[in-house]
Amino acid sequence: MDWLLQQFINGLALGFIYALVALGYTMVYGILRFINFAHSDVLMLGAFSAYFLAPALQKTGSPVSIVSAFLIVVLAALICAIIGMLIEFLAYRPLRQRPRLTVLITAIGVSLFIEFTGQHKAVFGANTKPFPQLLPESTVQLGNVSMQSNDIIISLVTMLLLAGLWLVIQRTRTGMAMRAVSFNEKAAALMGVNINRIISFTFGLGSALAAIAGIFYAMRSPGIDPLMGMKPGLYAFVAAVIGGIGNLPGAALGGLLLGLLETFAGGIPGVSNYRDGIAFAILILILLFKHAGLLGRLQPEKV
Amino acid sequence: MSATLLQLDKVTIRFDGLTAVSEVDLQIGAQELVGLIGPNGAGKTTVFNLITGVYQPTSGAITFNDQSTAQMKPFQLTKLGIARTFQNIRLFASMSVFDNVRTAVQVHRPHGIRDALTRGKAFHAGEAEVAKQVMELLEIFSLGKLRDEPAKCLSYGDQRRLEIVRALATKPKLLLLDEPAAGMNPTEKAELTKLIRFIKEKFQIAVLLVEHDMQVVMGICERIAVLDYGVKIAEGTPAEVRANPKVIEAYLGQEAVKHA
Amino acid sequence: MNSGAKRWLLVAIALAFVASYFSAQFNRYYLSIAIDVGIGIIMAVSLNLINGHTGQFSLGHAGFMAVGGFTAARLTLSFSSSIPPESPAGVALFVGSMLLGGLTAALTGLAVGLPSLRLRGDYLAIVTLGFGEIIRVIFQTSETFGAATGLTGIPKHTTLFWTWSVAAVTVYVVAGLVNSTYGRGFIAVHDDEIAASAMGISPTRYKVTAFVIGAFFAGVAGALYAHHKQVLKPDGFDFMKSIDFVVMVILGGMGRTVGVIIAAVLLTLLPEMLRGFAEYRMIAYSLLIIGLMLLRPQGLFTFGKTANKA
Repeated sequence: MDWLLQQFINGLALGFIYALVALGYTMVYGILRFINFAHSDVLMLGAFSAYFLAPALQKTGSPVSIVSAFLIVVLAALICAIIGMLIEFLAYRPLRQRPRLTVLITAIGVSLFIEFTGQHKAVFGANTKPFPQLLPESTVQLGNVSMQSNDIIISLVTMLLLAGLWLVIQRTRTGMAMRAVSFNEKAAALMGVNINRIISFTFGLGSALAAIAGIFYAMRSPGIDPLMGMKPGLYAFVAAVIGGIGNLPGAALGGLLLGLLETFAGGIPGVSNYRDGIAFAILILILLFKHAGLLGRLQPEKV
Repeated sequence: MSATLLQLDKVTIRFDGLTAVSEVDLQIGAQELVGLIGPNGAGKTTVFNLITGVYQPTSGAITFNDQSTAQMKPFQLTKLGIARTFQNIRLFASMSVFDNVRTAVQVHRPHGIRDALTRGKAFHAGEAEVAKQVMELLEIFSLGKLRDEPAKCLSYGDQRRLEIVRALATKPKLLLLDEPAAGMNPTEKAELTKLIRFIKEKFQIAVLLVEHDMQVVMGICERIAVLDYGVKIAEGTPAEVRANPKVIEAYLGQEAVKHA
Repeated sequence: MNSGAKRWLLVAIALAFVASYFSAQFNRYYLSIAIDVGIGIIMAVSLNLINGHTGQFSLGHAGFMAVGGFTAARLTLSFSSSIPPESPAGVALFVGSMLLGGLTAALTGLAVGLPSLRLRGDYLAIVTLGFGEIIRVIFQTSETFGAATGLTGIPKHTTLFWTWSVAAVTVYVVAGLVNSTYGRGFIAVHDDEIAASAMGISPTRYKVTAFVIGAFFAGVAGALYAHHKQVLKPDGFDFMKSIDFVVMVILGGMGRTVGVIIAAVLLTLLPEMLRGFAEYRMIAYSLLIIGLMLLRPQGLFTFGKTANKA
C-alpha cells in the first residue's frame, strides 16, 4: 500500500510534466491538423535556456532562490515561445495549404535539425550536462511516504498553469478565437479572426508550456542533452492521443495517466525494458479501437 | 415493362439523431430512366450513398436483382452491377483519361495479380482486350483523342463526361448519376440530355438521375420521385409531378400553391 | 514497359552476374558501397509501392527490414557450424534465409497492415511508426536474437550478384505490377479511395497487398544487409532508418520508379561522399528534408505534366 502511494506521488509530478507537453501537441493539432514533431525539441531548448540563464541570473551570494528560479523559468518560457513562433512562421506557415503529410515531414525535418545542430560541439555538444539547481531542495516525509520538494512545486505550478490555460481558452477572446479556428478555420476568418495571429499565439503558448515542462523534467533528471526531449515528447504525444488529439482536458488527463503508468511500470522489475514498447502498444491500441481517444470525437468523411 | 431491378423498402437512415432519409420506398425496373428530385438537403445523395453501400440503412431493406444489399461494401455492389458518378467529380486525378476508364474495366478483368507478375501470353492478350474495350468506350463518347491527357487537365464538361464513361466501363445494370448537369450552360445541358438518352438506349441499362435542373429532368425521365426532408412526397410521370401541389409547396412554399 | 519487362529483368540479372564475377578485382570499399546502393534501391522501391503508388504513409519500413534481417541471420547462424558458408549447401541456406526473411517480413506486414489500413494519413503514419518501434523493442529484448548486442559473426554471403539481382526483381515486380490493369488499382486507391471503391476496387485489399509485397522485399533487403555487414543491432532499425527510406521516396517523387531509384542511389552515396564533413552531414540532411518539402514536395525528378506512369 505504501509502495502504491509512493509510486502515485512520484508519478503525479511526471504526469503533470507530460500534461504540459501534451497540451502543446494537442493545441497545434487542433488548429493545424498535424503533429508538430519539433515540439519535443522545444522542451529540450527550454531546459538548455535555463541552463545558460542560471549562472547569469543566480546571484553569487545565495545562488538558489525562488526569485531567481521564477525569473529563469519565465525568461526561458519567453525565449522558447519566440522560437516556437519562429518555427511556425518559417517552416509551417508556407505550407498552410499543402497536404498534411507534407507538413508532417517538414516537422520531422525541423526536429532533426534542432537535435543535430544542438549536438554539434559549437552549440550544445552531444554529451550530458548537469542541470543547475534552481530551488532549495528538501524531502518531506508523510508517514512512510516521502515527497521531493521539487515534485511538490512542479505539481502546484502545473496546476496553476492548467487553471490559467483553462481561463485563457474559456474566458478570453483570444481563447474563443482559438476554439473557433480549431472548429472551422475559414468560418473563423470570416468572423474577423486574424488566423495568422491566433496560430502564432497557439505555438507561442504551447512552446512556453513545453519549455517550462522541460525545466521541470530537467530538475528531476541527472542531466540534460540535446536528445533529452525524445522520450518525454513521445510519451506526451501518446498522452495527447489517448486523451483525444485536439481535446485539451483530454491531453492533460492523458498526461497524468501516462506519468502514473510509467512510474508504476518502472517500479516493476522486468517490465521497465519494455516501457517504450508498451507506450507505443497503448498508442496503437487506442488508435485502432477508439481513434478519437478517450474524450475526442470522430470526424467522418463526407461523400 | 420490367422486372424490378432495384427495390427500396421503407429505407431509413439516422445520423446521431438526425433522420436524413425516412421510410423511402422506391422501385426501378430494368432499363427505366427514373429521376430523383427535391430541394437542397432533401436526402437525394444520401439515397445514392445508401444504394451504393457507402452507408448502411438504419432500418428498411434494399434489394438489387432479388439480392439483399445489406452489409455489402461499395466495391461489391459495383461487381453486382451498380455504378455511379459523384456530385463533386471524383476522377483519378493523377491518371490519364485512358487509365481512368481502365481501372473501371478491371472489375470484370480477365486476369489478376498472378498474371501481372508472370506476364505471360495470357496477360498480354488480356491487356490488349482491355485496351480495346477502353478505346471503344472512349471513341463512343468522343474522348478518344484525349486518351493520354491527365484527367485533371480536361475541361469541366469533358471531366463530367469522363466520369460517366468510367462508370459505364464497369458494365452496370443500373447507373446512378448525381447531378451530372451541375455547372453546365444550356448548350452543354442539351448535350447531356441527349447523352443520357443515348446511354440508356445503347447500353440498355436503368438510370437513376438526381438533378436540380427541371428541364433536364422533365425532359428525359420516364418517372420522377420527389424527396423533401428525407421523405418521399410524390411520385409519377413528369406531368403528374409538375402539377402536384405538395411538390410545388416543397420547392416554392405555400404561397406558390395558391397561385398554381 | 509491358512487353520488354521480362527481357529487361533477365538482362539486368545477367549484368549483375557478370559484374559480380569480376568483383574480386574491385576495390573492397567501392564494392561495399555498390552493395549498399543495391540494398537502398530495394528498400526505396518496395516502400514506393506502399507510400508512393498506393499513397499509404508508412513510417515503419525499417521494422520489416529488421524482421527479415534477424530471421535470416538467425537461420544461417544456427547452421553455420555444421554447414560451411562457401559450400553449395551454404549458399542454398543463404537463399533460403533470404526467402524466410522475406516471408516473415511479409507476414509482419500483414499483421501490421490489416488493422491499420482503415486509418487516415497522419494516424496511419503514427501507427506504422509505433509498430516499427515495437518491432525494434522486441528484438532488443529477445535473447534469441541477441538482445541489445544483436547478432554478430554473420557469414558474408551477400555479393554484388545477389544484391543487384534482387534489386532488379524488386523493380520488375513493383513497376510491372503497377503498370498492369490490375495494378492501376493501387493508384486509384491513392487518388480517391471512395471513387475506387465505386469502380469495383477493394481499397483494403489493395492496401494490404501493397503492404505485404513492400514488406516482403524489405525483409529480403534485411537479409542481404545482415549477410553484408555481418553484424545486426536492433537500434540500427529505428525511426531514423525508416525516415531515410521515406526521404528517398519523397525525393524521387512519390510513385515514380526511376526517380526513386536515382534518389536511393544519391542518398546512399551522399553520406559516404560527405564523410569528411561528418558533423554537418546530419544537419545538412535535415535541412534537405525541410527544403524539399518547402520548395519541391513533388520530388526532384518529376518533370512535365505527364500522367502517372511507373
